[in-house]
Amino acid sequence: MSAAETAPAYNFAYLDEQTKRMIRRAILKAVAIPGYQVPFASREMPMPYGWGTGGVQVTAAILGPDDVLKVIDQGADDTTNAVSIRKFFQKTAGVETTTDTRAATVIQTRHRIPETPLSANQILVFQVPIPDPLRYLEPRETETRRMHALAEYGLMHVKLYEDIARHGHIATTYAYPVKVDDRYVMDPSPTPKFDNPKMDDCAALQLFGAGREKRIYAIPPHTHVVSLDFDDHPFERYRHNGTCALCGARDSYLDEIVTDDRGSRMFVCSDTDYCEGRRGDRDESVTPRHEAQRS
Amino acid sequence: MNIAAREPQPLLIAEGLGKSFGRQVACRDVSFELHEGEVMAVVGESGSGKSTLLRLLSLQAEADAGRVLYRMRDGITRDLATLGEAELRFLARTDWGFVHQDPALGLRMAVSGGANVGERLMAVGWRHYGDIRQVATDWLARVEIDTARIDDRPATYSGGMRQRLQIARNLVTQPRLVLMDEPTGGLDVSVQARLLDLLRNLVAVLKLSAVIVTHDLAVARLLSHRIMVMKGGEVIESGLTDQVLDDPREPYTQLLVSSILQP
Repeated sequence: MSAAETAPAYNFAYLDEQTKRMIRRAILKAVAIPGYQVPFASREMPMPYGWGTGGVQVTAAILGPDDVLKVIDQGADDTTNAVSIRKFFQKTAGVETTTDTRAATVIQTRHRIPETPLSANQILVFQVPIPDPLRYLEPRETETRRMHALAEYGLMHVKLYEDIARHGHIATTYAYPVKVDDRYVMDPSPTPKFDNPKMDDCAALQLFGAGREKRIYAIPPHTHVVSLDFDDHPFERYRHNGTCALCGARDSYLDEIVTDDRGSRMFVCSDTDYCEGRRGDRDESVTPRHEAQRS
Repeated sequence: MNIAAREPQPLLIAEGLGKSFGRQVACRDVSFELHEGEVMAVVGESGSGKSTLLRLLSLQAEADAGRVLYRMRDGITRDLATLGEAELRFLARTDWGFVHQDPALGLRMAVSGGANVGERLMAVGWRHYGDIRQVATDWLARVEIDTARIDDRPATYSGGMRQRLQIARNLVTQPRLVLMDEPTGGLDVSVQARLLDLLRNLVAVLKLSAVIVTHDLAVARLLSHRIMVMKGGEVIESGLTDQVLDDPREPYTQLLVSSILQP
């Protein structure tokens, strides 16, 4: 798709240049202080809060004409949120889009990190609903900021303690708190804790945007990311004990799909691109795969 | 007062503390020394500046005049105004305790009793669940809370239990100084008696220093070694508790003592 095909009324990638500069400055600061939540002047976007307005703004700010964009929602490329955001950038930026993880240079994600390992020339953009891991534990925002500033994170363990006291194990399965670069405790957005180890020493830059909460934070490439735990209750990844019914993968994160009202269910990879690649029905001759070739 | 005699250096020194809210003077020129193991009661009627004094001591409010000195664990007495915020907060959650009149202010009502007691331990770096739980269980037993209720939220506790939980939560890091704001306020008399008994024991066993703000002279008589009577933001009389209460010198103190109902 060429630039001429984009909607003429919009600046490249929807936001005006000054706004993009403002967001880039916030991103630079976030990269310089790994895990620190940088406030930014979040804009109204033409989609409701909760649909990824933060992630969309970060993507808009970093996108160039040569970038190849992939958008995933709960691991899938073909769910509503992914499709509409992909169309949004096709229309406003005219960039190439793909579903192939390896071909993408910018991947905007809602709640998953792709199974395929990321490389140094890729940027992963997370959509974040609630950026502060201390939210709900400490009601005052002034106080949580002070706690971050002084690295007072005892309260984070209170949450994990409660889990063990109530369930016998750490029952937090998503938005599992991590410590970034031995300093800031960070909410990795509601990704399953299965994905937490992928953030550690990742080759790609990871950016987090929260539109409603007006915060941007980042994990620079090859940064030490540790999931919080107790000595006698160490962090454990969680996945359904099963194999993907479509591709037979035993190592990927699985979605459970109820298939009738008699209790039948099947497990399939949550990462659709990974699953398709394993099934071998991905067209390997055309990389990146274009939007037009879907359907 | 033999404890004070043994300790050459006071634990806490207040020097000329003053605080005004606009033209309203809440506290004027309050000075005292508190030694290790000593319990001091601050009494007076509502609006006499007791609570403001406690807020000044715990640095929840900034004093207009005067300073607060504290002997740190390393034995060096330092002006608290010279400490950084991180140091102060560390001090406040390890070496100090603060018992609020309303336990809901001092507790986390949304997490279990065990987590409330364990929070300070986790804040100073404890990372072993089994150890934390063991200490929490021990402390619940010490403050006479049924240990079977360790996983219940304080919202399900009675008023007396909440206050005891708040005390356990504060004492778990073995602080040397505890500031209490009307610890028995709002409790019925039999619960009060039990709480006072518990406090008296803990203070004696742990050799705590404490400043207790109260309007209840019975609490002062039961718990404190020394007493300070405040009126209109100023200290009008101070001395040994039994001396002041049995032989009050100031007319206002005489009034206070004589207004206790005798059943």
